Amino acid sequence: MSALVTTSLVKRFGGVQATDNVSLTVESGQLHAIIGPNGAGKSTLIGQLAGEIKPDAGSIELFGNNVTAQSVVARANMGLARTYQITQLAKEFTALDNVLLAANAKASSNFRFWASAHADTKAVDQSLAALAKVGLLDAKDRTVGELGHGEQRQLEIAMALATEPKVLLLDEPLAGMSQGESAAMIALLKSLKGRYPMLLVEHDMDAVFQLADCVSVLVYGRIIATGAPDEIRSNADVRAAYLGDEVNA
Amino acid sequence: MKLFPALIDWRAPRTLVAVVVLIAFAVLPFAVGSDGDFYVKFATRVLIYALAAIGLNFILGFGGMVSLGHAMYVMLGAYCVGIPMQHEIASGWAHLALALVLTAVLATVVGAVALRTTGIAFIMITLAFAQMLFFVAVSLKEYGGDDGLTIASRSNFGLFDIASNVSLYYLAFFAVLLALYLSWRAVLSPFGLILRGSKANTRRALALGHPVLRYQLVAYVLSALVCAVAGVLLANLTQFASPSYGAWTLSGELIVIVILGGLGTVFGPLVGAVCLLVLEEILPTLVEATFPDYKSNWMLLLGLFIFFVALLLKRGVFGSLRGGVK
Repeated sequence: MSALVTTSLVKRFGGVQATDNVSLTVESGQLHAIIGPNGAGKSTLIGQLAGEIKPDAGSIELFGNNVTAQSVVARANMGLARTYQITQLAKEFTALDNVLLAANAKASSNFRFWASAHADTKAVDQSLAALAKVGLLDAKDRTVGELGHGEQRQLEIAMALATEPKVLLLDEPLAGMSQGESAAMIALLKSLKGRYPMLLVEHDMDAVFQLADCVSVLVYGRIIATGAPDEIRSNADVRAAYLGDEVNA
Repeated sequence: MKLFPALIDWRAPRTLVAVVVLIAFAVLPFAVGSDGDFYVKFATRVLIYALAAIGLNFILGFGGMVSLGHAMYVMLGAYCVGIPMQHEIASGWAHLALALVLTAVLATVVGAVALRTTGIAFIMITLAFAQMLFFVAVSLKEYGGDDGLTIASRSNFGLFDIASNVSLYYLAFFAVLLALYLSWRAVLSPFGLILRGSKANTRRALALGHPVLRYQLVAYVLSALVCAVAGVLLANLTQFASPSYGAWTLSGELIVIVILGGLGTVFGPLVGAVCLLVLEEILPTLVEATFPDYKSNWMLLLGLFIFFVALLLKRGVFGSLRGGVK
């Protein structure tokens, strides 16, 4: 079964068609990347998938269930995890507490008032494992403010992983990273590939062509091409609309 | 099971201050001796304000919900002593139970409405509800209306007699200790982690799958319950219940206490209550002694103190101290 399917998704903001009949499918175990120039509607699309933005028309299915009318919380509890283009972390928390917050999210209500959250060894172990996975284990006791930009981006991923997701939405995980940090992040995403179905929105072409099983090109809210990385690279429309010289260089 | 939810660094300044403050309160009735009735009653008032502030702090400091209506729960608690007492129901347990049940119901309704909003709208809605309850109390003509209700004797807690001021003092001290301990545990528990996380980043908490509103509502009700207990104690201290206990100025004073002590610390409200109430008590005398002509202007000095705490100690008197306990 496909992990995530959208059918003719439409979203308008005033006169702007931010999402124009977008139909795409993220197959189980696949990494589906979306590329597109600034203002193509990538973040709006992710927002609709996560449930933060209500589409005007069309539908979204998560593992065969129609979730178009479901809330952000309901979708998250069905296994949809996302990361943000602009990091969304609890700033005063340590790295571990951020991940622990995520690890505590599986129960739909968590009314445990007595024992310390740090005494829940299962959640703590799960959080440490997520931190280890992204390479932040040594930084677990540092607050978010003390982490570098790249580390904060890694923490974003660790939080998504700690919820034990069934599908990952990654909104520009490489945004603002140095070359070294990018390489580490690409290696991390590679290691996650196959384990989770992923939808990756990314600007970095090298990364996309290295990682993706399938690439969709979004221009002015519309998908102008979908295919394997090689097909997209050689697609004339795509080159005209977006890739330009970058592919030739 | 461990007694404390976190490791304590006994040499950290915060721990020292907390221990000194608690010991001072524990021995105060002995220290002031038998003619120290005034001081015992004053210290009881400090403890009761601290208790209400601990309640408010749970949602203000840890949940980011600025309620400008928490005095209404103090007032409700006070009337839950006053009104039954007028009908000759003297059992303190009955007063307490009534206060807790009514507060739970009221807070659930108010919280469910107010939590649909955030920021300024949340402040205004909590204030509006408090004002409504204030005028309900004013309209209770058979229970003193505007003038309030004198309470003939203190609540009867059976074996634990609070007829003497010292025993009432220790009841209030015990309530504060219990509230501090429970809120410390709750803040560090999974519930508290989610509550703090929702404050720090609501959008993220939702995206992780936390039903934020549900947690906030439970926190709001718990916080109101603590204020209601403070109200029960306050009515017993003053032997009086009045609409003025629910005035918005008291709600404001509770916010000042929480911020003065240190937002986001468990122990801060007690320090904040000591600072504010002691200054309110000594500044008028101090000003009168030094500048007799300006004795009504003592509030100016209090204002300056709050100004400098806000300016220099951004995290409040207790919150600015380093490490140790929360």
